[in-house]
Amino acid sequence: MPPSTPSKAEAHAEHPSGDPRFKMVDRTIKKFNGERDALLEVLNTAQEVFGYLSEDLMIYVSQQLHVPLARVFGVATFYHMFTFKPLGEHTCIVCLGTACYVKQSNEIMAALEQEFGLKAGQTTADGKLSISSARCLGSCGLAPVLVVDGQVVGRETPGGAIQRARTLAGKDVAEVAA
Amino acid sequence: MNPADLTAITHREQEARGRHRCRVLCCSSTACLASGGGAAKDGLTRAVKLHGLEKNVQIVNTGCMGLCSLGPMMRLEAQGEPDTLYQRMTADSAHQVVDEQLVPYFQPGHTPTEAESEVGAHDFPHLRASLSQVRLGRGLDEHLLPQDMPFFTRQKKIVLARAGLIDPERIEDYIAHGGYTALAKALTQLTPEQVCAEIQASGLRGRGGAGYPTGLKWNHVRKADGPRKFVIANGDEGDPGAYMDRTLMEADPHSILEGMIIAGYAVGAQHGYLYVRGEYPVAVKRLEKAIRSAYRQGLLGDDIFGTAFSFEVDIRIGAGAFVCGEETALMASVEGQRGTPRMRPPYPAQNGLWNAPTLINNVETYGNITAILNEGAAWFAGIGTEKSKGTKIFALTGKLNHTGLIEVPMGITLREIVFEIGGGIPGGRQFKAAQTGGPSGGCIPAEHLDTPVDYESLKALGSIMGSGGLVVMDDASSMPDVAKFFMEFCVDESCGKCVPCRVGTVQMHRLLEKVTAGQGQAADLQKLENLCRLVQRTSLCGLGQSAPNPVLSTLRYFRHEYDALVANGR
Repeated sequence: MPPSTPSKAEAHAEHPSGDPRFKMVDRTIKKFNGERDALLEVLNTAQEVFGYLSEDLMIYVSQQLHVPLARVFGVATFYHMFTFKPLGEHTCIVCLGTACYVKQSNEIMAALEQEFGLKAGQTTADGKLSISSARCLGSCGLAPVLVVDGQVVGRETPGGAIQRARTLAGKDVAEVAA
Repeated sequence: MNPADLTAITHREQEARGRHRCRVLCCSSTACLASGGGAAKDGLTRAVKLHGLEKNVQIVNTGCMGLCSLGPMMRLEAQGEPDTLYQRMTADSAHQVVDEQLVPYFQPGHTPTEAESEVGAHDFPHLRASLSQVRLGRGLDEHLLPQDMPFFTRQKKIVLARAGLIDPERIEDYIAHGGYTALAKALTQLTPEQVCAEIQASGLRGRGGAGYPTGLKWNHVRKADGPRKFVIANGDEGDPGAYMDRTLMEADPHSILEGMIIAGYAVGAQHGYLYVRGEYPVAVKRLEKAIRSAYRQGLLGDDIFGTAFSFEVDIRIGAGAFVCGEETALMASVEGQRGTPRMRPPYPAQNGLWNAPTLINNVETYGNITAILNEGAAWFAGIGTEKSKGTKIFALTGKLNHTGLIEVPMGITLREIVFEIGGGIPGGRQFKAAQTGGPSGGCIPAEHLDTPVDYESLKALGSIMGSGGLVVMDDASSMPDVAKFFMEFCVDESCGKCVPCRVGTVQMHRLLEKVTAGQGQAADLQKLENLCRLVQRTSLCGLGQSAPNPVLSTLRYFRHEYDALVANGR
């Protein structure tokens, strides 16, 4: 997800770090009155606005919520939706849930992995495209399903998926792959 | 807000409906949007504007209409006409609907029907052309969906009764469809004991999969001591291949909310949490909106319906962990911890969220509450089988002609679901197995297709009712491969707290990999089976205890496939 642009009011009162995205994290902390129990909510916001959880970001959350860093790290690594490396400019998620699996979504994944020389969860060297897998996105009626930059694409084929991903990645990657 | 206000809102809604003689409902569920529902709706809006019909035609976004594989779906409600359903809509076909059906419908000069002639044509500013008399242009007839197809007629809708018929983002629409009357009844006419007794008498059982009697659970929490109590709705639908909860949350969020508020009253809780899977942003958005409008109408907050009962609801969003569907893990997650389960007892009814007595039910369970209070326990108990009452929602997917979301009475057979509702297997292939319960369930083979769908019968077959995933496989699927698929899922999702699950799932997966690669021996199958029993008996929570189910059930019914892999390597 791209970092959200802060509204004018927020940009006005600048965050000490100089990075307005921290304001969004602060806002969630404030919404929950700084309660430690809100750790998961705060991390969800942090992941959403920054795109991933850097070590500095986790230290920041730990200090703001007065929660040991070990607990922040423990919670962050427990849940699948948190990532610790920046994602590519574009993302392509292949659903590997049961309904998609029965309709050969694993072949789509294999085709994409081969095309770009990546494994699920990796990003191309130029940072253009990340490929990852998901366990059921709840669109089983349309299986097999891809999520390309947040848009659900149903009834996909390996060929179609490669075509889409190539377009996203721009020709740089296509050349590398060739 | 008092109960009379509900009636006033309903009247206002009906008046507004009367002004628009026509409503077009556009399915805006994830599946239909992904199939191009947005473009179809835009085409409809443009065409309505082009013909100047904005004042007559109301375009409404709704939740899921069910038949996801034929999306995007639309429904046309015109006064004095039966509803029309459309499939696979595009901007062009939506345009055609307006040109060929709506324009003649609103056009004066059409021969009046008998009833209209009697009162005199001048009473009708726009004489209607009956929709059935309109000759459709080429192409549009292909988009009409017969409503007498078994997919619709074999269903029985209680929880999904409003799904696809109301705008989930407008509380007024929900109220106009009978919403919040059950809450009004509970608060103003019934004691908490009576509410619990009613739910118990209905025979409703937990829809999350385990099937614990709901009324009994409510009574446990009601009788538990504590200065504060909590109500939780479990919307952490992690089972791959299932999307019932998502659809319900997206299509009719207020029914869940109303069920939770009633539960809060019945057990004496003041605070509720709705725990929703992080992968469901649309559901989160609609639930947030539902909660905001319920507060605004005074249906949440202090002194609801002028009584002394106050209730608050908050949303908690998961971050991707299957184990959080387990109740103790879910509560840990609500508390902002790692979502690991703990030993039971003590059960949440005694010691739950922040050590307070806690009622935790699946969102579909809450979705049943309003109907039970409105229609009565006896009515509900009249549906289904002796031990399984009411209906169950299934996400019907896999190798079927019609995939989508269905709600069926308990006791319906798998054969009816697969061959009548689902329309059979495409491509001339053979039915092989129906998988229920996801990674905690099992595969049911063709010889058991006539089994009635209820908690006990499915369990006896080595599967479970589960939360409602129903994946149909044809003869192209390899069952050991399916077992391996689910085991890989459990390896990923095991939280790591207890050894049998953490280590056992990995070992079982390795054995399955060896066997499916054609390198297994007969002894490996024996080892696999022993390991299954061990993990089943000794794991801490439901995830580990049920992780072997897909292996055991495929070993039970499709042993020959394992044997062939061992003997011939394929």
